[in-house]
Amino acid sequence: MYLYDDLDRALLDDRVAEFRDQVARRISGELTEDEFKPLRLMNGVYLQLHAYMLRVCIPYGTLSSPQLRMLAHVARRYDRGYGHFTTRQNIQFNWIKLDELPDAIADLGKVGVHGMQTSGNCVRNITTDQWAGAAPDEIEDPRIFAEILRQHLTMHPEFSFLPRKFKIALTASAHDRAAIRVHDIGLRMHRNGAGETGFEVVVGGGLGRTPYVGKTINPFLHKRDLLSYVEAILRVYNQFGRRDNIYKARIKILVHELGAEAFGKEVEAEWRQIKDGPLALDAATIADIASRFSYPDYARLADDPTELSQARQTDKRFDTWLGNSVANHKQPGYAIVTLSLKPEGAPPGDATADQMDAIADLADKYSFGEIRVGHEQNLVLPHVAQHDLPALWRALDALGVATPNVGLVSDIIACPGLDYCSLANTRSIPVAQELTRRFRDLSLARDLGRLHINISGCINACGHHHVGHIGLLGVEKNGEEYFQVSIGGRADEKAGLGTLLGPAVPYAEVADVVEDIVAAYLELRERPDEIFLHTVERVGVEPFKERVYATR
Amino acid sequence: MTAPQQQKLKITGPVVVTANRLGDGAVVYLDVQGGWTTSLAAAAVTTKVDEARALLMQGLADDINAVGAYIAPVLRSPDGVLTPGNLREQIRLHGPTVALPGAAGM
Amino acid sequence: MPLVKSGHIVEDRFVRVLDDEPVPDTGSVLVPATRFLADHAEFAHREAPTGVIWPNDRPVAELVPHLDQLALVALVFPTFKDGRAYSQARLLRERHAFRGELRATGDVLRDQFLYLVRSGFDSFEAKKTADAEAFAQVVARYSVFYQPTGDGRLSARRRRLSDAEPGREKSAREVAQ
Repeated sequence: MYLYDDLDRALLDDRVAEFRDQVARRISGELTEDEFKPLRLMNGVYLQLHAYMLRVCIPYGTLSSPQLRMLAHVARRYDRGYGHFTTRQNIQFNWIKLDELPDAIADLGKVGVHGMQTSGNCVRNITTDQWAGAAPDEIEDPRIFAEILRQHLTMHPEFSFLPRKFKIALTASAHDRAAIRVHDIGLRMHRNGAGETGFEVVVGGGLGRTPYVGKTINPFLHKRDLLSYVEAILRVYNQFGRRDNIYKARIKILVHELGAEAFGKEVEAEWRQIKDGPLALDAATIADIASRFSYPDYARLADDPTELSQARQTDKRFDTWLGNSVANHKQPGYAIVTLSLKPEGAPPGDATADQMDAIADLADKYSFGEIRVGHEQNLVLPHVAQHDLPALWRALDALGVATPNVGLVSDIIACPGLDYCSLANTRSIPVAQELTRRFRDLSLARDLGRLHINISGCINACGHHHVGHIGLLGVEKNGEEYFQVSIGGRADEKAGLGTLLGPAVPYAEVADVVEDIVAAYLELRERPDEIFLHTVERVGVEPFKERVYATR
Repeated sequence: MTAPQQQKLKITGPVVVTANRLGDGAVVYLDVQGGWTTSLAAAAVTTKVDEARALLMQGLADDINAVGAYIAPVLRSPDGVLTPGNLREQIRLHGPTVALPGAAGM
Repeated sequence: MPLVKSGHIVEDRFVRVLDDEPVPDTGSVLVPATRFLADHAEFAHREAPTGVIWPNDRPVAELVPHLDQLALVALVFPTFKDGRAYSQARLLRERHAFRGELRATGDVLRDQFLYLVRSGFDSFEAKKTADAEAFAQVVARYSVFYQPTGDGRLSARRRRLSDAEPGREKSAREVAQ
């Protein structure tokens, strides 16, 4: 965990006071809605279909137990008792009142949480691997650099009115769990030939109306140059990004129009002018930020303690959950536990205030008070002693967050859709709910193996449908809800966009179509361990297309 | 952006002007007195383009009580009962089509 | 539109001269970029100060040969959501060492003041009188700044390092700028 110091707290307190003043000026009429909207957006406040929505930033997906309890308090006191975890590791409250927002934000500020820059044309939450600091395959803790970037880009005077929103993600693992190639800037930490750690810099990725996988403009950037290089990218974008058309304003369009090489040259030229200035990161600065992170005081434990093997033998359900939801930790005797927020029939990513409180207590008891939010809309307890797993599982099971479907067909990523969102064309949540019912048979789900379904209720692609193994995009036709179906997308280190199968299908048939695709996969796969994505890569989309459209 | 008074309005049936209340974001409708109401039954309804435009201008002119006024379709039953004219407006009036987490039945 | 300088509302001593208007013999003038570039030799011979209104889609590098003869550069915010002039301001101040008056014009509202100051602006044509009157209070709202810019404010990073290592503060590069 990064621990706020007096400076971090002072800035947040000032921001809380500023927002209170802005809301007061809006309510008094001193500010028009046109003037207020960008200000509220920069504090995470949207106006949705039914009410204001507050998006709260969870920097790089890391929460402390007091912070999670405060989120529960806000859900209960100012909202309707629940929150929605998003694909950008944030949480949203759906029913908040403008009059009460300054108080809600002040409460959040007491534990160092806020809605700053969760919307608006500024740099949004810096996201990373939800297993950062715990994953065995990472080369360094990427959160140190996420925090350095967070601080540099918080209230950055030059980059708070960019052409469009700007998203940065980092990973330090071989397996990319942060979807860096579909971000405006993706940073992959790796080692060069000399054994130094640095960043591959990927720009211009993004989903939405015009999806692109990002392009590498620098294969290895030294740590000392991280801030100056990001500053150079943002400066080029701020000056040359399109402002004439909101749909063409993201950096991906600029990179596409200029070409990655030419864009990279612009960045390089700008960077050369500033790289040796005050943004150069010296070892002392990096060490200073790293020293502000608290790390668990692990006990010396061995892997696979007897409590664990006994429980696996005596309780089949526990064993199933362990095989699905528990991952290896870099520290012997510990494990990373994913909490599924995708039980059968529930809106993906939603958690009640009571669940949040209970999870905060479990984090204190079993995970050094730490909780993570993953972009798959699940929660994680990152540091659990393996001998505690049976007791933890019983508690999680009682809370309804131990469905052993992590990474499986019913672990669906979905945006809020037309049930909440003013931009949506169709609903997403009921489609996800129906699919969890169709695939309630977990032994079938396990047999299917890794299979990601992503659902977006409109072209803005908050459900990341382009990179779903099966992607569903809601479109409106003559006032009716339809879905375009694509397959073969992926968001990991081999990121690629899915291929559209054919004409959009009516809302009522979406679940049938997904079942058809899954049935086709079962027939087409060569071996049980050939996952869906690999079958699609091997046979192409045609056999799936035939199956889906033959009878429609 | 084209100013609302210059935008082409196409109306195929009865419409109302709707917005969200500034203080709490609640869904409101412009009523015949020029105020805002949360009751669709009390909304000012028209089927005429000029009247709809006038209602919209009236709604937009109020930047302090309600936000983002626009024209929304409604259906009128033979006995005069108003219901929302599309799914989006139904959801705005009645809330999400799914049970809320923590609500009874979940 | 009230003009704020040094934290106070002041009278604007520059007179705007449009493209097709004659330039008065005396007094400070503020002219559009195209006119200035076309007639810059002529402006150089005037005794009184010259200022230029520079659009936000034109590289400020074009101004560099003329910066010595300019008392004022006015950068433009067509809407307050269009933030190109922040980059222009930082480049003029931090790269091209422009020391004259740097003025924010156009859709300039209270909530931009601090960002403008931090980017190097030192005069502000506020759209609203109430905002202009609140200037001093608004720019004093924050006491912590995460990033170094040319405004000389110490970044949080430098404050932390100098707390850890007293004496280091003075050598910090950003203080010198």
